Amino acid sequence: MSEFRMPSLGADMDAGTLIEWTVAPGTVVRRGDIVAVVETQKGAIEIEVFEDGVFERPLVEVGTRVPVGLPIAVITPAGEVAVAPPQVPMPPSDGATSSVAVAPGSTAAVAAEPVPVPEPAEAVPPPPPVAPATSSPAPTSAIGATAGRPHATPAARRLAETAGVDLAHLFGSGPAGEIVLADVEARIAAKVSAVSVAAPAPSAASPVAAAGRGIDPAAMRVAIAAAMTRSKREIPHYYLAHTVDLTAADAFVTAHNAGREPADRLLLGTLFVAAVARAVKKYPELNGHFVDGTFRPSRAVHVGIAVNIRGTGLVAPAIHDTDRLGLDELMTAMRDLVMRVRAGRFRSSELTDPTITVSSLGERGVEALYGVIYPPQVAIVGFGTPQLRPWAVDGMVGARRTVAMTLAGDHRVSDGHRGALFLHTVETLLQQTEAL
Amino acid sequence: MSATEPRAVLIEELGRIAPDVDVASIDESADLREEFDIDSMDFLNLVTALAKRFAIPVPEADYPRLASFTEAVAYLGEKMAAG
Repeated sequence: MSEFRMPSLGADMDAGTLIEWTVAPGTVVRRGDIVAVVETQKGAIEIEVFEDGVFERPLVEVGTRVPVGLPIAVITPAGEVAVAPPQVPMPPSDGATSSVAVAPGSTAAVAAEPVPVPEPAEAVPPPPPVAPATSSPAPTSAIGATAGRPHATPAARRLAETAGVDLAHLFGSGPAGEIVLADVEARIAAKVSAVSVAAPAPSAASPVAAAGRGIDPAAMRVAIAAAMTRSKREIPHYYLAHTVDLTAADAFVTAHNAGREPADRLLLGTLFVAAVARAVKKYPELNGHFVDGTFRPSRAVHVGIAVNIRGTGLVAPAIHDTDRLGLDELMTAMRDLVMRVRAGRFRSSELTDPTITVSSLGERGVEALYGVIYPPQVAIVGFGTPQLRPWAVDGMVGARRTVAMTLAGDHRVSDGHRGALFLHTVETLLQQTEAL
Repeated sequence: MSATEPRAVLIEELGRIAPDVDVASIDESADLREEFDIDSMDFLNLVTALAKRFAIPVPEADYPRLASFTEAVAYLGEKMAAG
């Protein structure tokens, strides 16, 4: 028997709101199956399970906002026999009390009504448990607010003032219990996320119909702000740039697409992603996650694709095992991902798994893009808009279409020397397209 | 064949890709991608949809003929007449 907890879907997420259970109690689930849909600042995310087993029962009702790390369901791992359901405390459903800083695993920190136990064979989710808004204790100002003014760092105080956050309602996570900048940021994120829930949830059956409605622009902006602020605060970026002749890549795409239906055509951007995915295999220090002061290289290459969402912002979900996909498969995966992202609907693993990100400006933009690393990743590759440029080949100058590519690397993990070799490898792949 | 149908279909398909842009507010003779703020993926999806609805091939070599809204309507009308 194990508790399935609200996953963290990125550096910027502190809680999510349950908007749908997609499986009934008693359902056999496999690793990767979707069991729920959770509303976050990035839209509606389909939550996957991490292990094979039996989905015993949900622990929270639809509409509940749950901090990251709290249990949301009970799943019996494959091979284990279900035991008598224990009484598991449930987080409060009142968004206003959710600023409590709850460490993952400390379920006892939030006491509320126990969840009624549904019949295991029932085909519908259990009746919603009622959690009186007043029943939860509010250990908000346990430390720091002892005498009038709460202890807070100057930066935290400034941000709180700007954003209209009352420090008296915050829990300080600093060494001496003082409120630090991250506490205020988390509070702002929580507030905006709670507001975004008021919008109708997009329907699973019609992602296209839900386009533009699944994501709250203000909430997404807060999510981007939190992640990018953390990145610039924690990651010592170094930057490299290199311009590549696109003649070979353009010729490859033109030849590939000639005579093909539009649905089967490639984009130049597909080649960029494929080249990065293949090149990074030789440079493990650019592919992985930096967690708790340690770099954990990833054997798998899951390239995050920065996708612009009209009038809203951007997200960079992963295409799994990018390096193993052929160009046509990769193109199909990119089309599918972009469509779902713009409809505000994607999978939890797509948000948590990227090991390196590619951001491409496309046809209409400027020469170069210098990315900001998305933590806990350690590298981002930028592609500018291809430009026609005078180019020297064999001692002669001619007009060539070129693209400026950049690398932002995490200096805690890699150095410019290796980063430069990596960009050279990408260049080589773009010029020897048969290797793609 | 009048240009009415290509125009209506083009408006409909652009509406799927760029629901926030009102056709009445755009410059129909200006760059289509600029006016609707669409990227390469959006444009490919537009071409895919148009090719399907009109049952016409839209080779890459013809992309320049879809440069503006006006040119795209003319191109679709011509292809339909030919078909």
